[in-house]
Amino acid sequence: MNARAAVGMPRPDSGPAPTRVVVAYGFWIFLLSDIIMFSALFAAYAVLYRQTAGGPSGHDLFDLRHVAIETMSLLFSSYACGLGLLAVERRRLSAFYFYFALTFALGATFLGLELGEFSTMLAHGAGPSRSAFLSAFFSLVGLHGLHVSAGLLWLVFMVAQTAYRGPRDFVRRRLLCFSLFWHALDIIWVALMSMVYLMGAR
Amino acid sequence: MAEKSPGEDQGAPRGSVALYTVGLVFALLLTGASFLVSQTHWLWGPGVPAGLAVLAIAQMGVHLVFFLHISTGADNTNNVVALAFGLLVVTLVVSGSLWIMGHLDANMLPASAIMEMQR
Amino acid sequence: MFGKLTWDAIPLDQPIPMAASLFMTVAIFSLLGLATWKGWWPYLWREWLTSVDHKRIGVMYVLLALVLLLRGFIDALMMRSQQAVAAGAAQGYLPPEHFDQIFSAHGTIMIFFMAMPLMVGLMNFVVPLQLGARDVAFPVLNAISLWLTATGALLVNMSLVIGNFARTGWLGYPPLSELQFSPDVGVDYYLWALQISGIGTLLAGINMVTTILKMRAPGMSYMRMPVFCWTALCSNMLIVAAFPILTATFGMLLLDRYAGMHFFTNDGGGNAMLYFNLIWAWGHPEVYILILPAFGVFSEVIATFSGKALFGYRSMVGATLAICVLSFTVWLHHFFTMGAGADVNAFFGIMSMIIAVPTGVKVFNWLFTLYRGRIRYEVPTLWAIGFMVTFVIGGLTGVLMAVPPADFVLHNSLFLVAHFHNVIIGGVLFGGMAGYNYWFPKAFGFTLDKRLGVLSFWCWLVGFYVAFMPLYVLGLLGMTRRMQHYADTSWQPYLIVAEIGAFIILAGILATIAQLVVSIRSRASRRDRTGDPWNARTLEWSTASPPPTYNFAVLPEVDRLDAFWAAKHQGGTAPPKRYDAIEVPGNSANGFITAFFAVITGFAMIWHIWWLAIVGLVCAAVTLAAFGWMVRADTHFSGKQVAAMERARRATGAGS
Repeated sequence: MNARAAVGMPRPDSGPAPTRVVVAYGFWIFLLSDIIMFSALFAAYAVLYRQTAGGPSGHDLFDLRHVAIETMSLLFSSYACGLGLLAVERRRLSAFYFYFALTFALGATFLGLELGEFSTMLAHGAGPSRSAFLSAFFSLVGLHGLHVSAGLLWLVFMVAQTAYRGPRDFVRRRLLCFSLFWHALDIIWVALMSMVYLMGAR
Repeated sequence: MAEKSPGEDQGAPRGSVALYTVGLVFALLLTGASFLVSQTHWLWGPGVPAGLAVLAIAQMGVHLVFFLHISTGADNTNNVVALAFGLLVVTLVVSGSLWIMGHLDANMLPASAIMEMQR
Repeated sequence: MFGKLTWDAIPLDQPIPMAASLFMTVAIFSLLGLATWKGWWPYLWREWLTSVDHKRIGVMYVLLALVLLLRGFIDALMMRSQQAVAAGAAQGYLPPEHFDQIFSAHGTIMIFFMAMPLMVGLMNFVVPLQLGARDVAFPVLNAISLWLTATGALLVNMSLVIGNFARTGWLGYPPLSELQFSPDVGVDYYLWALQISGIGTLLAGINMVTTILKMRAPGMSYMRMPVFCWTALCSNMLIVAAFPILTATFGMLLLDRYAGMHFFTNDGGGNAMLYFNLIWAWGHPEVYILILPAFGVFSEVIATFSGKALFGYRSMVGATLAICVLSFTVWLHHFFTMGAGADVNAFFGIMSMIIAVPTGVKVFNWLFTLYRGRIRYEVPTLWAIGFMVTFVIGGLTGVLMAVPPADFVLHNSLFLVAHFHNVIIGGVLFGGMAGYNYWFPKAFGFTLDKRLGVLSFWCWLVGFYVAFMPLYVLGLLGMTRRMQHYADTSWQPYLIVAEIGAFIILAGILATIAQLVVSIRSRASRRDRTGDPWNARTLEWSTASPPPTYNFAVLPEVDRLDAFWAAKHQGGTAPPKRYDAIEVPGNSANGFITAFFAVITGFAMIWHIWWLAIVGLVCAAVTLAAFGWMVRADTHFSGKQVAAMERARRATGAGS
């Protein structure tokens, strides 16, 4: 009897894994591929951020109070999502609806603030076609915002499906995937906050 | 029970809320530190980019451990190996691109100058 | 209302594209008409278009690849003919604007819609069977991937009839591919076709990695997996890691073209060299994505037809993993001449030489497998031996160009063109043909005609050398790639020889088509009743030919490498007394319908028909949501049904 079996750990060759493990792993590597896509855009930003073509730079444009509120919104949204997932796993549905409503509200706040920031920049002629720096900025941060938007739509769909079908296995699997997605978006935001906004504002 | 998926946590229900809350607190601290590092002179100027990078990586780690429940247990090996491979690729692509583009920048005329020459 | 689309988009004034469009349109509509007249649609819809069975999906991928091989090869014949005549003052029959589209379409189709689907199709069919699994991890996602790939192929071919294709080569380098220098729809066709099919490929990669890591049969640890599954795992890991870079880079070029951004433009601070850097960071892993499954095919074929276990299993696995990691450390060798300087070039040059070592390990392992084996010269064996000679030559020329000073002479010459055709044809295509001949009996229940298979092989082998060895010489003589005509008439004899080679390859392709037709006609005499026509080693051969929908009535318990081979030689196992019920995922129209809306969205974006693009995108999203809302019905096989099917199979002479 090997040491792993002695401590009750699963053997890697014990046959096909349970569906929950399979789905979550597949989604996990999808998230990693998404992070690699962001890193390609990130590399482009790192190469192009000084190319302001005589236009405004990050220092001129970034408002760090805005960034701080956006960061708090997304972080607490992630926290609420985690608590919501715990609630649905324990079949405490009213807690689940509350936390996911909070997740949505905070995520929408983030998105609203970001859209506001973009429109201000556009109004001042600092749009994505002004310079390579701005193209990279709008695309990188904009792609993240697109992911947040898609996430909010997905959240609504999942809450509706949970209400309609109840917390069945496949519904909870999808909620797990959603929470992985939502946390990953916060991870990407940490990189954006630090390397785009905080660095750029100096 | 077979392997753990990412996002699955171990431990009692009460412990789970604690995990998320601890993660939140760490994240808040690291975010605060990042703002302070970038906006004040607490860290020596030329060290600020590195400092921000370190704090960002630390916070991403906090998210991975406390929110995504990535651990180094034997039941998590696939998840960690996938993460390691992903991180390797990100590092190679980003640092490789910066190294290459930096050299190209130093050696080659910018496109606008080339266009200027052709007028 | 219709964006940029007008009646002028149809090339009525250009005879060659018009003739090609007519031919293609007539061919497609004749097939559709035939299916309607014969009443095949219910069968096609139920058994193929909505199938989520990995075996069906694999067959459709390979079929797509073979059809697109014809399309891409016609482009090749046209280029060879043009270059054979356009020497000195002669201009040939293809004007530059047309010639440029042909070489762009040739490369795009051959890489994205021939080589990729061929390898993905083989992996789709074989890997679950070799792992002792019932299907891939995400069957509906698998169907979506297939149909999105088909969408891309359709869009590229639509450019023949409506509008034009890109003139920027198979990678679409800026600034030429920017709006300023390519204002027409060609580059947009290229970009949208590849973005859409790229999503399909990425999803397929995620699917296959998850399947291999999480769905192996009981007892099949990593070191008991067939080598083909190892190469499939590494190839798909590369897909998951590299394709996002392609998506991001094409996305940036699309933003430049559609939103006036400045990633790669000459003005506004853009940097075209950044495109080269990013696209090749994808591009180099891409060629390993293509070759690793082919290496896996050869490992299976050589072991089977030597009657021996593969030599050096552990070093094969190690070499494959090494190639996987190293493939992300060499990409600059595609643009040594762009000006990064000596130290950068030296690093990437050395890494490019190092990456040849694991492939060398593999070649030696194959040789040692053949050595002292009882070699059977079936058609797959011929392809394997042809590969070993041809691919090594191609690899050597690659290592030669990995030396930066040598590359400064040879970059973008015909030497380069000969090198990559050498490795892709000698490696990927030969591997695809070997796999096609090897696994055809498993997929369809009868073997392929051997004589026509041998003929096809020899035509391809001889034709390849006649077509491409002259190109090595021409490259050394100074001829660059993609030339519509050339002044130095001393190059012409070589190009004429190359064209002859192309016609010999054409004979090989026709022989393959003939082989299929003849084999289907005489299939009754070539039925495979045992499920194991080659006396092979791995689990897929323990099933019927073709396998039942559920693959294995009872999931096999694996206790060693090549467990099936061992079981055969121990007299097999008695059938179980009773069978459990089996559930397999039911059909889903999700993939087909999503792809339909993807075609609409892509076409609309290409022609700037914004309202239609929004409609297409919303409908695609609604399709995904609608299918996500429904609870999918599974297909249920009761224990008795399974028992009956297994009894019937044993009655016709199946092995254990």
